[in-house]
Amino acid sequence: MFENVAAHFRHERPNVDFCSLRVARERSQDLTVRQGVLQPVGNVDDFGAMVVVHHQGGLGYGATADLSRSGIRRAIAMAQTWAERTAAISVTNFSAIAMPHPRGVYETPIVQSWDRQSLTDKIALLQSLATRLKTDARIVDWEASLWWTDQESLYLTSDGGEVEQIQHILVPHLEVAANADGDTVVRSLGGRAYARQAGLEFVDEADLTAKAEQITEEALALLSAPNCPEMTGHLLLAPDQMMLQIHESIGHPLELDRILGDERNYAGTSFVTLDMFGEYRYGSELLNVSYDPTIPQQLASYAFDDDGVPASKEYIIRAGILERPLGSIVSQHRAKMDGVANARANGWNRPSIDRMANLNVEPGDKSFDELVGQVERGVYMAANRSWSIDDSRNKFQFGCEYGRLIEDGELKGVVRKPNYRGISATFWRNLVGVGRPDTFEVLGTPFCGKGEPNQVIRVGHASPACLFADVEVFGGA
Amino acid sequence: MNEGLFYSLADALVGAIQETEVLLLSISAERSDFVRFNHARVRQAGRVEQATLSIELVRGKRHAAANITLCGDPKQDRQRSITALRLLRDQLPSLPEDPHLLYSTDVQSTTQLGEDHLPEAADAIDEIISVADGVDLVGIWASGEIAKGFANSLGQRNWFSTYNFHLDWSLYHQADKASKNSYAGTEWDRADLEARMGQARTELEILARPPHTIPPGAYRAYLAPAALLEIVELLSWGGFGLKAHRSKVSPLMRAVDGTAGFDERIFLDEHAAAGLSPSFNSKGFIKPDRVQLIKEGRFESALVSARSAKEYDVPTNGASASESPNSLEMAPGSLAQDQLLDELSTGLWINNLWYLNYSDRPACRMTGMTRFATMWVENGEVVAPLNVMRFDDSAYRILGEGLIGLTRERELLLSASTYGQRSTGSARLPGVLVEDFRLTL
Repeated sequence: MFENVAAHFRHERPNVDFCSLRVARERSQDLTVRQGVLQPVGNVDDFGAMVVVHHQGGLGYGATADLSRSGIRRAIAMAQTWAERTAAISVTNFSAIAMPHPRGVYETPIVQSWDRQSLTDKIALLQSLATRLKTDARIVDWEASLWWTDQESLYLTSDGGEVEQIQHILVPHLEVAANADGDTVVRSLGGRAYARQAGLEFVDEADLTAKAEQITEEALALLSAPNCPEMTGHLLLAPDQMMLQIHESIGHPLELDRILGDERNYAGTSFVTLDMFGEYRYGSELLNVSYDPTIPQQLASYAFDDDGVPASKEYIIRAGILERPLGSIVSQHRAKMDGVANARANGWNRPSIDRMANLNVEPGDKSFDELVGQVERGVYMAANRSWSIDDSRNKFQFGCEYGRLIEDGELKGVVRKPNYRGISATFWRNLVGVGRPDTFEVLGTPFCGKGEPNQVIRVGHASPACLFADVEVFGGA
Repeated sequence: MNEGLFYSLADALVGAIQETEVLLLSISAERSDFVRFNHARVRQAGRVEQATLSIELVRGKRHAAANITLCGDPKQDRQRSITALRLLRDQLPSLPEDPHLLYSTDVQSTTQLGEDHLPEAADAIDEIISVADGVDLVGIWASGEIAKGFANSLGQRNWFSTYNFHLDWSLYHQADKASKNSYAGTEWDRADLEARMGQARTELEILARPPHTIPPGAYRAYLAPAALLEIVELLSWGGFGLKAHRSKVSPLMRAVDGTAGFDERIFLDEHAAAGLSPSFNSKGFIKPDRVQLIKEGRFESALVSARSAKEYDVPTNGASASESPNSLEMAPGSLAQDQLLDELSTGLWINNLWYLNYSDRPACRMTGMTRFATMWVENGEVVAPLNVMRFDDSAYRILGEGLIGLTRERELLLSASTYGQRSTGSARLPGVLVEDFRLTL
């Protein structure tokens, strides 16, 4: 399929300042066993092409699933027409951007492909996991699932660029709801935080059997636990909550298109301004944050972004100081500053915009026990349950599935419905402990929403456990 | 994609099934022009043409489904669809019987054809840029045809098409202070946009005043329909579906079991007949005109998908698999729009809320932010824009003991969502005046 499209593009290449074609195919299968019953199996085979034209200073795009020569010709015409029609009223001179013409390939390294195991065996695995989740009459809902996706893309440019990339993605998930005395608690694998580029070998690596037993036991423990106390103290976050904390209060505010105002009508603006880069203290000296597309199993690792820019690891925040934004080549041109290779589209039918891709907190030097040992009175929280933050990405309130008190340097009893609130601009400055590599986990979410038209995209977040001081925590009603 | 092409494809696929098989087909297609604005200039402009066919093959109690992209060429689409059908047939023996499978066997064919009175998108963009001269406009234009269809091997055929535009936009004063607006319809009228833009420019004058900051606490507040929409949309996330009720994860569990409720003036319906979405679903069921969700503040009935109907042995009411409402309607109250400032007297005038989620889901306690233009009002006069504040409060309290009243006038709010495809969702809501709205940060 891709070979024909490439030939059509070469034949129909327009006489414009720049033209690219990104043809993408995404195949997926979603298997879920809920309460012992296999849910309707979702099979998806989606394909199409996105043409982008920069011409006379304007930018236009045309997206089509018609991959015939006439279809590609029509998509080019749509893109060129929009570029010419908006050239005089564009936010920038797109023709002045030196778009790359890269050549390369990328494929997720995997051990066992999705097709290597029969559908019957995969369903049997999920049935087995689901059985382990239903251990008690108080477990009122339970499910186990595997969501596989293969995403292939070919990126071509008018001056000979050609990049082929294949990503294999697997998202296992377990979830239980337990109910007693009119109250329900949910425990899961942190929403769908165990999302990776991986083959079926990740099922064993994730040790789903042990995790099924763990989340079930913790759900039952939560049922009889007291509410999280209301207090201001230390907060120790597990990697599956750090993921959300990084995402919402570092990732989004540092997206350069938000800082430039593109998202103000929908996803929001940012408390960060262009003049802060290079000098603003975002966090304590313990905070080191990287854009890292090089961890093979992380959800948004790739060799080139969707504008063809080679991807490499860059520090975003180093020793607490803000260094560079999450801005793609177009945003870098508009803002006149360096960024990263993060132009991404969620499929063939949407144009690329700035996304956070893989955004990680680098490990520190404390063991988990040492982090706990630093705390006289505080709360440990794991697995995101609730997220809310203002449109400048400053005032936040997050809730977790699971919490435990920390007293006199030791983990104590379980607490229910743990929540905390704070302000990004001050929260990260109270980072007082960063876990060493053995607390570091590679996680991600398949569900980051942004953009007009709207796009849901996969992003990766890896983090150690982290300790914060002076945080306002509280429990349920 | 048009009705004839879809039915022709459906006939070909029905002709390819075996005697013991049943086929369910759904299509969702659109041809859309999308243009993003920032600082009253164009950021990205383009066209998307897409069509997705869902094929569900049923044999006895086994079934399998696939979504495939159609390219628009009838011959190629037929070949791809038949290949997908064969793959599903191969998959069926590997799947267990599904005790919760249900599809409509009552053949009800319908047709709802839209008419195209849309302007050329590029011409509309020129007019928008012209009308926004001198102001900081940001937002998106989306326009074109949306089509959805259903067909099955039992002979049912349904088609829905509409041609509309939606300009979802904001005028910014600076930082996070803005007037949020929307202009949607089927026929473009520059004068209508000019009037809306004029109103927004007036609001900018208020937003230019030095912002007011208040400490956390309980405040009297007016929530405009767009702000109330954020609350009912959060409630719609598992609140009204039967599956969430029976598995005890609904945020409205306490309303369902009768231990909590809203003020008796709260009536909330899924009013499909007044909405802008197709009346059929992917299982071939036709939605009733109206489903009463909340009546006199009490839980009345749930949205029931075909699957839940079978699982819990109750009739379906045409709900989608997600069991979320698509055409919500809340009954009006008696507060007159022109008396609202006096009724509010001193407190918050909240035009928009943002990013709501639950602090305690079983208690229906939710948190979220004010956004765009929230005003501080004293003695019935708008004083200044308010810096953003976080609320954390129970929906049972906001729309229960805290409810002072609902407005007589309601607004039809059209969804601007374009995740995957342009939405046809809508809601008709009043505004609400609330006592002791709880701000925490």
